[in-house]
Amino acid sequence: MSPRRGALRPDLAAIAAWIAPDSSVLDLGCGDGALLAWLQREKGCRCVGVEIDDAKVLACASNGVEVIQQNLEDGLALFSDRSFDTVVQLETLQMVTHTEGMLRELDRVGRESIVTFPNFAFWSHRISIVRGRMPVTRSLPYQWYDTPNLRFATFTDFRELAHRSGFTLRDQFALRDGRVVRFLPNLFGRVAVFRLAGGTKA
Amino acid sequence: MDSSPAAKSEAPPAASPAASPIVVPQRFAFAEPLPLRSGASLSNYELAVETYGSLNADRSNAVLICHALNASHHVAGTYGNRPADQADSLGWWDNMVGPGKPVDTDRFFVVGVNNLGSCFGSTGPASIDAATGKPYGASFPVVTVEDWVDAQTRLADVLGIERFAAVMGGSLGGMQALAWSVRHPERIAHCIAIASTAKLSAQNIAFNDVARQAILTDPDFHGGDFYARHVVPRRGLRVARMIGHITYLSDDDMAEKFGRSLKADDLAFGYGAEFEIESYLRYQGDKFSDYFDANSYLLITKALDYFDPAAPFDGSLTTAFAHASARFLVISFSTDWRFAPVKSREIVKALLDNKHPVTYAEIDAPHGHDAFLLDDARYHSLVAAYFDRIHQSLDGGRAQ
Repeated sequence: MSPRRGALRPDLAAIAAWIAPDSSVLDLGCGDGALLAWLQREKGCRCVGVEIDDAKVLACASNGVEVIQQNLEDGLALFSDRSFDTVVQLETLQMVTHTEGMLRELDRVGRESIVTFPNFAFWSHRISIVRGRMPVTRSLPYQWYDTPNLRFATFTDFRELAHRSGFTLRDQFALRDGRVVRFLPNLFGRVAVFRLAGGTKA
Repeated sequence: MDSSPAAKSEAPPAASPAASPIVVPQRFAFAEPLPLRSGASLSNYELAVETYGSLNADRSNAVLICHALNASHHVAGTYGNRPADQADSLGWWDNMVGPGKPVDTDRFFVVGVNNLGSCFGSTGPASIDAATGKPYGASFPVVTVEDWVDAQTRLADVLGIERFAAVMGGSLGGMQALAWSVRHPERIAHCIAIASTAKLSAQNIAFNDVARQAILTDPDFHGGDFYARHVVPRRGLRVARMIGHITYLSDDDMAEKFGRSLKADDLAFGYGAEFEIESYLRYQGDKFSDYFDANSYLLITKALDYFDPAAPFDGSLTTAFAHASARFLVISFSTDWRFAPVKSREIVKALLDNKHPVTYAEIDAPHGHDAFLLDDARYHSLVAAYFDRIHQSLDGGRAQ
């Protein structure tokens, strides 16, 4: 499997840059564990993934990534307060029913959180809507009737929620095709990326 | 069911019974008294053992398989050449352990050991007490999971194994693996606990006690000293097994296999075995009472009840695992109501609290507690992948 060796996907690399060497990382919805395997190998991080899908859990085990199989809808009761330096949730938050509850859990378990999700306000999505159709694109590849996504938010929407929830926004940008977009991210970014700290309890 | 260890295309073909090698049990005698948790001790005991594969030069590839209530040291392989012998004498975890199987005996030196107090060759209540020349019977001391583990360390010493690459077990076997990680952290690199729990619930103990009462109240039990009278408390054992067996299966699995099917076309309005499930359980009970020792059943269910590594730490499992240094694999099955997934999650939480490396899989399988003994591609592939990693870690992957 490719993630075991070699370079990290560009979008993951932008996020991995925020993570300190030898720190601890929890990845919620970790997939095959590509990011964690890289962080373990290259940065000496202590990593744990959470994943629900059997095949991805198996892939994590093959990649040498410790993974906990569970449904994120069940909360993070397995993880104690502030037990990780960074909690990462990449393009998964939009699939969770209780967005605010999930964010509170991220904040409880981690000292810092990194959250990404498909930016609904990406320009081509806007064009689809203007034409009267739901967007079906690289970042939102599903038809409206079979999408696992439950929540659709824009870069700006999330920033507002993060503020309201008491998070400090340590950084924010968008990604398009693996490249960082800082100019008009709500328009030109496919994927919104937020680095959050000191949230709801602060 | 898919019997192939999936996602292992490079594995040797066909994990079929025919491919299972012929194995020979061994016995190891120990003269030094074993101090037991109860305060008693056991001297001059024997352990029945089987090994598969070969120990590598630096003695780093040993895997200990711990057994559950009614199993033994005969983990894998068969005892005979003829097809009939093979089917009859297949090891209890032969689908998991063997050449090319998830615990690959071409790579690992696998050790199976019958626990003290059991009835398959290791010293137990039916064995002759050298002090009296008679079977131990009721005088056999109560042994615990910790006592078994301590006996297993002595076996490891004799086999020249300083540290196991993995200690693995399902159910009660998983408890032994957990106890290893707590009691002898320096001697275990990986701990694999499947369909297990860190302590029995009141309901678990209740079921065990009903089973024990069935045996204890059987007139043929004679306070445990039934051997000299040439009787066996068969009725008690039978009921004990029937009760136990119910807890091994899921409601759905029972419904699927038996439903309300009758053996005859019509109701008999009597107390014979009318429903298929009655017939099945009675058959299981009869079979069990032919080979299992009543005193062993009592002892082993007590060992289950007593297991509670958190107890000395005010009930904190997190504290109990504080000095563990193994990496852990914990697996549960969605329909297991004997040791339900929530029990495994308690273990996982305690491990995560300690920042111990742990992988946890919750396999969505229909077969209840027994699922840990059955072929399931997701389950077996995960164990295979985990052991691949262990194997790579043995010598930096050179053994590939």
